[in-house]
Amino acid sequence: MTQGTLSSGDTAWVLTSSALVLLMTVGLAFFYGGLVRPKNALNTMMMSVVALGVIGVQWMLVGYSIAFSPGNGWLGGLSWLGLNNVGLEPNATYSATIPLQAHAMFQGMFAIITPALISGAIVERMRFRGYIMFLVLWATLIYDPLAHWVWGSGGWLLKRGALDFAGGTVVHISAGVSALVAAWFLGPRRDYRRVPIAPHNVPLVLLGAGLLWFGWFGFNAGSALAANGLAALAFVNTNTAAAAALVTWAGLDLARTGKITAVGAATGLVVGLVGITPAAGYVTPLSGLVIGVLAAGVSYTAIQIRSRTKLDDALDVFSCHGLAGIAGALLTGVFATKLVNPAGGDGLLAGNAGQMGVQLLAILATIALAALGTLGILALVQATIGARADVPEESAGLDLSQHGEEAYFGSDLGSAAGTGSSLGGSVVVETFTIEPAPGRLRASDARGAH
Amino acid sequence: MKLITTIVRSERLAEVKAALFRAGITGITLSRVSGHGGEHERLEQYRGTALVMEFHEKVKIEMVCSEPFVETCVQAIVSAARTGEVGDGKIFVQPIERVIRIRTGEVDNAALTAVNADEVQRAAISVAGMGGVA
Repeated sequence: MTQGTLSSGDTAWVLTSSALVLLMTVGLAFFYGGLVRPKNALNTMMMSVVALGVIGVQWMLVGYSIAFSPGNGWLGGLSWLGLNNVGLEPNATYSATIPLQAHAMFQGMFAIITPALISGAIVERMRFRGYIMFLVLWATLIYDPLAHWVWGSGGWLLKRGALDFAGGTVVHISAGVSALVAAWFLGPRRDYRRVPIAPHNVPLVLLGAGLLWFGWFGFNAGSALAANGLAALAFVNTNTAAAAALVTWAGLDLARTGKITAVGAATGLVVGLVGITPAAGYVTPLSGLVIGVLAAGVSYTAIQIRSRTKLDDALDVFSCHGLAGIAGALLTGVFATKLVNPAGGDGLLAGNAGQMGVQLLAILATIALAALGTLGILALVQATIGARADVPEESAGLDLSQHGEEAYFGSDLGSAAGTGSSLGGSVVVETFTIEPAPGRLRASDARGAH
Repeated sequence: MKLITTIVRSERLAEVKAALFRAGITGITLSRVSGHGGEHERLEQYRGTALVMEFHEKVKIEMVCSEPFVETCVQAIVSAARTGEVGDGKIFVQPIERVIRIRTGEVDNAALTAVNADEVQRAAISVAGMGGVA
């Protein structure tokens, strides 16, 4: 391998982009957290936040090696375990002008947010320990191999010429399909279609969507792995598609209900971002606009249909990420042109109909791995430490039953959710008075507390 | 002495409070309540889910008045809370047996008059005179 010359500009942009993509996972926590009921707000947000820790460690220890170290067409090797042999010099294969460790961190942020995306389908009913086990296994057995297929040196889909600029297949289709399978496997929430379930905090949803949009510039424009024209193109396409999808979604809302909704605007912009992800560095901005419009149309329709079924994909991860991801991957095969990116490819409209076949192959391979893998992993989790929360845990809310905390302690919202109130007779107990295996709490234990 | 309980639209609370203060009723207790009257159910849309909101958010005001104030109080509430649409609310009037002011031990009518009642009423009237709604 010949080493390139390190560019300080490229390095600065990729490190900045890595931080931007990290922020997306926090944004996702707010986006999902606002959409659930108050008794499950912390659990839902933790499903994203915990990935920052768990996958942050997994990626450094094994994930990056499985996904990117030299291996065969299906899997990377083990030579980069623990980031061994991953140096601060540029690497001709992945990072001609930036330290390989910068590439490792940038890719690590993708590995973190992808399984977190799945959590939206299974909120309000999964045991947290089971979820953590699922996270680690899913990242190791599904994400890491898939990233190798599409982006790894010698990956079989890469060699076929599949175009996926920033993770339409690897991130969004894989997460969306896994979400669908997980929602089916766990079954619907007890309250689904029995009592009204509404988002508890729409401002949090808008905050989360805003952070996702902001971070997505790192996700897509950062995927150029350089501070150059290609990054600018991806940036422009990203913003254009998100804006077009927001406008489309608002229009569909208006036509269907006579009102434009805030949750709809937030959802629409995210769907546009998903749709443009595989295409961002391969298409013209006008094509990016069309991709945003079409992704929104597909996703909007799917959500209307899904919500009339018994399938409790609670936050519509399959419609928003799976279907918009598939639409984006197919439309990349339609609109890609070497005029904007000579290193990319030509699609259907540029006279290369064969690209559609390659895109379809990549989509089907991703669906197969994600669906079967998720099913196997969840069956294992269910058979060992348990995946589905039991009825009392679900009724009390997962914040209390899984974390021993409440998002809105003692507030109106807390009492509305049936989790006690400030008038409920709580006592402050000094920490040292709580015994490891307490019997009933005696009143004298609380004496002297503030 | 009468306990006057009224349920009004949240958005009329400021006007009702101002009218009560102008009428000299300055001791009031508020709570947020939800309930069902004759109103149309409200529809909310969240993505693919349409929710029918059967209960409407209202404000409940409770106050105890001596006999001479009862009619003034009712008139003040009606004039300030009425919009003419379904859902303006109700007023309930019930007899009260005893009132005790905890601070002084005064009872009944003596316990009902707030110490700064005149001051509050004057302020409310002067604000109204300047065209404000308080």
